[in-house]
Amino acid sequence: MLLNNPQEMTISLSAGVQFENNCEVGVFSKLTNAYCLVAIGGSESFYSVFESELADVIPVVKTSIAGTRIIGRLCAGNKNGLLLPHTTTDQELQHLRNSLPDGVVVQRIDERLSALGNCIACNDHVALTHPDLDRETEELIADVLGVEVFRQTIAGNILVGSYCAFSNKGGLVHPHTSIEDLDELSTLLQVPLVAGTVNRGSEVIASGMTVNDWTAFCGSDTTATELSVIESVFKLRDAQPNIIVDEMRKSLIDSYV
Amino acid sequence: MEMEQSGMFMPAQTVGTVLCCICGVAMPPNPANMCVRCLRSRVDITEGLIRHAAIVYCPECHSYLQPPRTWIRGLEPESKELLAFCLRRLRLPQRRIRLVHAEFIWTEPHSKRLRLRLRVQAEALHGAILEQAHMVELTVHDRLCDNCTRAQANPDQWSAVVQLRQLVQHRRTFFYLEQLILRHGAAVRAIRIAEADHGLDFFFGSRSHATKFVDFINGVAPIRFRNDKQLVSHDVKSSVYNYKHTFSVEISPVCREDLICLPPKLANALGNLGPLVLCTRVTNSIALLDPLTLRSAFLDANQYWRAPFKSLLTSRQLVEYIVLDIEVESAEVHIGGSKYVMAHAQVARITDFGKNDTMFTIRTHLGHLLNPGDYALGYDLYSANNNDFDIDQHKNLVLPETILVKKSYQEKQSKKRGKARTWKVKNLNMEVDTTSKGRNDEKRNTEYEEFLRDLEENPEMRFNISLYRNKEYQPSEAASTADGDDIPSIPLEELLADLDLSEDEGNQNGENMDE
Repeated sequence: MLLNNPQEMTISLSAGVQFENNCEVGVFSKLTNAYCLVAIGGSESFYSVFESELADVIPVVKTSIAGTRIIGRLCAGNKNGLLLPHTTTDQELQHLRNSLPDGVVVQRIDERLSALGNCIACNDHVALTHPDLDRETEELIADVLGVEVFRQTIAGNILVGSYCAFSNKGGLVHPHTSIEDLDELSTLLQVPLVAGTVNRGSEVIASGMTVNDWTAFCGSDTTATELSVIESVFKLRDAQPNIIVDEMRKSLIDSYV
Repeated sequence: MEMEQSGMFMPAQTVGTVLCCICGVAMPPNPANMCVRCLRSRVDITEGLIRHAAIVYCPECHSYLQPPRTWIRGLEPESKELLAFCLRRLRLPQRRIRLVHAEFIWTEPHSKRLRLRLRVQAEALHGAILEQAHMVELTVHDRLCDNCTRAQANPDQWSAVVQLRQLVQHRRTFFYLEQLILRHGAAVRAIRIAEADHGLDFFFGSRSHATKFVDFINGVAPIRFRNDKQLVSHDVKSSVYNYKHTFSVEISPVCREDLICLPPKLANALGNLGPLVLCTRVTNSIALLDPLTLRSAFLDANQYWRAPFKSLLTSRQLVEYIVLDIEVESAEVHIGGSKYVMAHAQVARITDFGKNDTMFTIRTHLGHLLNPGDYALGYDLYSANNNDFDIDQHKNLVLPETILVKKSYQEKQSKKRGKARTWKVKNLNMEVDTTSKGRNDEKRNTEYEEFLRDLEENPEMRFNISLYRNKEYQPSEAASTADGDDIPSIPLEELLADLDLSEDEGNQNGENMDE
């Protein structure tokens, strides 16, 4: 809705989100600054959480990829484009092309590592990829998403897309990341990074939460400490703290329904 | 790690801090990503471990019960073995939990409680390993074990008895057996030893002990035995039968120094051994010596009992002779460790000597020992009245008038009578039935004296017997007057000193016998 005035958008952090009693929010959804993809679930509560937050601002699209619901881990995208694995069906591809705004390039790529969400972590300017990604895929990423690509590992794990989540404002990485690694990554990404956990000590950050520049959604097991860390690093706390509290309360109540 | 070993450059890795997801305190990351206190407050790894247990203890024999039926002895309080026993009783789940440390916490001995402190390690959520202390309290219950109940109910309860019998008129064999048994400790398991006429009874707690004892006797004497049992009680439900076992053991009546007339069949079987033989040694086989031809034979227990024979004359009937003249006939012969020399001798009975002229010219095998003027003991066949079936069987048998058996030290020993010996023997503690008729204490004592004298004279008899130095022996001055002839006595090297573990004297180590 009011996309042209980002300052007016309410900054919010929704905790207590569950997809069919599973608190891994980042698996079943993909959130960027331009659009939001949500998996098709049995009940509408998951979708309604996202819709209540984002409906006026960006399109929330219900979809499946390759017939599965784990869409967050299969696709990678930012406001410029969306990359889909080669297993995506033609109908899904068409549906996505139709539902997403015109500025977003939807591209299906041929890549041996088909869980693109686990292999690529990106914001609007920088992307971190799995060290074994193909050269052509790397070029495609640079093309479609319009980002600078770095091959990296996080705390010795090659699945960078799973173990970190970052937006244009900040980022959260695997808790075992050493201080030197944090510094190096921070320099690459040009955003402040913090090592932490989500969903009561789970190290798989990107599965437990999904984030863009003004909103974050965290799974229901996330503790207050983790929430405060997330708030501070993604800069979701400043301005209109009351609204945040209200929004949080609303989302919490919503998910218990 | 491998990259470092391969020589690649690894930048320094400093571990950062994260916030504990529960309480927010800064901590180094761990698999659970919670600080230790939050983890410990949420996860109890000792859940499911038992905290109270019971063990059973027998106050009589200080043993602990290991169910269902074993009683373990020798577990000292606060010892390693007792700790291991208690840990076994706790049944720790070995797959999930690892025991790192266990120790006793001191409790009063009379409190009937044992306290253990264990430290266990187990995996908490997400692979973090947590270590936690765990206290266990064991209650000790008193209960008499089966053996103690049985012993207390009837302390004299025996379940097997070995009845040794020998149908002869003397008890020499039993004196000798007593010493053998003491030396080899064959009767340590006997509950009770009782004297009966013609023998001894040994009472044991279990049949296996009795069998072992019978096996031992089988190895030292020629015996035959039979085994019987009597039902005492019977448990219908579990079909357990309690018996009293009786082993009737009969020792052959042939003894050392007996004169035997062999039955014709046996004489033929042994190679026409002259029907009159002397028995020289009885172990588990009988050694026979023909005194006129110096031939010997051995009969083992089976052979003897197949065709048992009795002695013609026993050592009670030995008569004393004086040797008037001796003429060595043949060279030395070694038989079974002893040497004999055939000789012609002229002897006269002591009772005849000086009174009349009765003399006998005989052949004897003691040529190496006798000199004119010596005294010897022998069997008087000239005047003996033999009522033996076997002798009549032999046709055309000419009996010699006298058969000399051994040299006699009677005269000299009469000087020594009353003096203590340098050595002594121990005795089994037997129950003696003093009220039974037919007992003759005097006869018993003389027989014992003779037995001791036998020990002195025969080195081969001493072989299996422990002799102890007599501490009360004081050599009196009168003894040093030189005795002309050497009376056989036991050399000092053969005596064991009695091991005395009292505190005022030092330990005296026994010197072992060289034989």
